[in-house]
Amino acid sequence: MNVALKLRDPTAETSPTRRARLAPPPSVAGKSVALMDIGKARGSEFIDRLEGHFKKAGVATRRYRKPTNTKVAPTNLLQKIAAENQLAVIALSD
Amino acid sequence: MPDGLPNDGFVIVAKHDCPTCTLVEPVMQSLDRAGPLAVITQDDPSFPSGVGTVIDDHDLQRSFQLKVETVPTLIRFKGGREVERTVGWDRAEWTRVAGAAASGDGLPAWQPGCGSKSVEPGVHETLVARYGDTGLKARAIAVGEWDDPIEACFERGWSDGLPVVPPTDDRILRMLGGTERKPDEIVGSIPPNLAPCTVEKVAINAVMAGCKPEYMPVVLGVLEAALDPLFVLHGLLCTTHFSGPLVIINGPAAKAIGMNSGVNALGQGNRANATIGRALQLIVRNVGGGLPGGMDRATLGNPGKYTFCFAEDESDPDWEPLAQRRGIPAGKSAVTLFHGEGVNGFIDQKSRTPEELIRSLAMGLFGVGHPKLCLAGNAVLVLAPEHYKIFKDGGWNRRRIEDELYKALKRPGSELIRGAQNIAEGMPPSFADKMVDKFQPDGLLIVRAGGEAGLFSAIIGGWPGQSVRDECQAVTHEIR
Repeated sequence: MNVALKLRDPTAETSPTRRARLAPPPSVAGKSVALMDIGKARGSEFIDRLEGHFKKAGVATRRYRKPTNTKVAPTNLLQKIAAENQLAVIALSD
Repeated sequence: MPDGLPNDGFVIVAKHDCPTCTLVEPVMQSLDRAGPLAVITQDDPSFPSGVGTVIDDHDLQRSFQLKVETVPTLIRFKGGREVERTVGWDRAEWTRVAGAAASGDGLPAWQPGCGSKSVEPGVHETLVARYGDTGLKARAIAVGEWDDPIEACFERGWSDGLPVVPPTDDRILRMLGGTERKPDEIVGSIPPNLAPCTVEKVAINAVMAGCKPEYMPVVLGVLEAALDPLFVLHGLLCTTHFSGPLVIINGPAAKAIGMNSGVNALGQGNRANATIGRALQLIVRNVGGGLPGGMDRATLGNPGKYTFCFAEDESDPDWEPLAQRRGIPAGKSAVTLFHGEGVNGFIDQKSRTPEELIRSLAMGLFGVGHPKLCLAGNAVLVLAPEHYKIFKDGGWNRRRIEDELYKALKRPGSELIRGAQNIAEGMPPSFADKMVDKFQPDGLLIVRAGGEAGLFSAIIGGWPGQSVRDECQAVTHEIR
């Protein structure tokens, strides 16, 4: 990262400067998992496999697709994913 | 010494915008002919003319490194070290430092210089941040060149939901310039995490809230009052009730920083009102770790939890201001902190005598919390000018208004106990045979504020935590 600006931490500095990832949930039972096809070649095959694994485990999934793989997902798609699911699988297909 | 300057010779720091620098332009030319000279020019690389080495110091780095406060400044270096310096134009001094070539024949003997651009208000702190040692202890958080710093603050959870001013070193240094207290002084421990909070952390959060440096003494005073154990900030933060800290400022500090006590005093639009209250909330959030949904368990909260701060109207010499009523000497600045749940408008456009208005106000005040609950939380009554005029015209001062209100706020317990009036909520049965006060003694705080027009006062309900009077009350502290 090319640093352009330095800010000073306004907190009590009890957490690391890099934001930690959310902890994985203890269980996926009862949760809905978003599977988004980012539009790369054969990505749908990868998601098919994931979907199959989740199905076997009895976990609900919902599928989404980006309009194009060259740009970030549109805001309304991200909002829809967040509104309809509790978990998302983020992955590349290649 | 900065790069590019003669090890043995002279340096002059100047700016074209300075009449004295322009006056001594021939002297600079003369000195250039006599020996090694570099002129550091702050605002115009073409000035002075006729000098071989002119260093453009638009970024003021060299002026800052040389600690220049006045232009022109003449410095003599020997062996790479400064050995002489004089400022402004003084023939005797320049001749002493630089010899006959600096005599400036034909010029007046003396003319004062101008301020260096490097010490202009706001500039110096930026230069310290860029080229000096800020002395700041808070850890630095890097923001990438493609990142929006305001969004970076949101992403790190530093915001109350509104954009914050990114806390850069120059802004923090300017904020610290608003107080004489040392940056590493610990103001107190901020709940809920009881994290120690330094003056520097207060300044950082004040920057983010949008404060001006001159608000710092008030922000510090507000924070110290909030940390008074009697205010029970921890409990107020984690309550399921609506309340949050309400800040009322009295005294000369309120005027000095332009706080609003008039039109729309409880509303938006005044920077000091808006940002001082917000700074307190950001400190609790960021330093104390008090996050909504975390330790802040408010069922609904209230919009005043973004910021809730105003000043009292002290323009009427007949009115005893709130701070004096609560023991602060006249002429001193003070902060009163109350556990406020939000503004409840009180309308009375028909009362014309103090007696009528008192009865009417009491009816409005009965509604605080619940009309049948008493001694379960206090209130602030913000008396608007047109309502106050009715009392003033009737010859009633603060003390009389308070006394009459307390009398009017007594009711028979039989009307208030649980189940009375076919309403389950109410006082315990033990109150059935008593006359019951609505509020604790000194639990009703009356303050004057508001625009000239409108028979509208405001009732700000308190917090049930105030029912344990010895443990939780509004607090008033002098601002140091």
